[in-house]
Amino acid sequence: MTSLDILFGAVGLITAASAVLAVTTQQLVHAALWLVVALGTLAGCYLILGAELVALVQLLVYVGAVVVLVLFALMLTRAPMGRSPEHSSSAVQRIAGAVIAAGTTALLGSVLLPALGGEVLSVRTGDTKAIATQLFGAWVWPFELLSVLLLMALIAALAVSRMPTTSPTSPVPAEMEST
Amino acid sequence: MIHVWLPLALVCVLAGAGAYGVIARRNAVLVLIGVELILNSANLLFVTMGSVRGDTLRTGHVLTLFLITIAAAEIGVALAVILALFRKRGHIDLSEPGA
Repeated sequence: MTSLDILFGAVGLITAASAVLAVTTQQLVHAALWLVVALGTLAGCYLILGAELVALVQLLVYVGAVVVLVLFALMLTRAPMGRSPEHSSSAVQRIAGAVIAAGTTALLGSVLLPALGGEVLSVRTGDTKAIATQLFGAWVWPFELLSVLLLMALIAALAVSRMPTTSPTSPVPAEMEST
Repeated sequence: MIHVWLPLALVCVLAGAGAYGVIARRNAVLVLIGVELILNSANLLFVTMGSVRGDTLRTGHVLTLFLITIAAAEIGVALAVILALFRKRGHIDLSEPGA
């Protein structure tokens, strides 16, 4: 065991535990907050693996933006506060989900661990400059395409949220609600 | 120096937790949280391989940055769809048939 092993083991345990709690907790807002813990500690894992730039982008985009969007969605859909068992499916479906989740974990583990798990490798640290050089050199066209993708996603989200709906449940007309 | 099986085990656990969240949840936003966990397990695999395998293009780290961007776009569109669904049906329970 090296010091990096112990460090990664500690942070990874928090990540795994909070990820499991995020999908099993009975309270909606707690699920989003456990997701914050899981994504934040995952940024710590990236830091241990020597990917400083990726860790910072993870913190900025995921913890900063994505979780805020999730919390907004929970509030806008009038999520019930407090504990309620209605967020999870029936017991049969939950057992099936647990079996499929265990199968996914076992399948991925049986493929990845024997193929690569036995190695002990040194981690390259501090090559943010090299990543930036490659990002704006070899990867510049995918990078530009991604900005177009983000613009298209923005326009699509706007179009979907302004789409007129005939809602029997809402007392407010859809045109007024969307503005 | 780091044993590679540690990050790989975390990849497996995250993907399993995400799969459970997608299947066992009824609230659409909670299903989305499961999808995010699966995406993050893919990200961790990219970063691990990018860190332990040296290549001149830095493929692992750059593709992780791309994947984070795509995930941000995906969650924006997905939440717009969920809000439209809420306005149409009054609830976002995925276990009930659509109107």
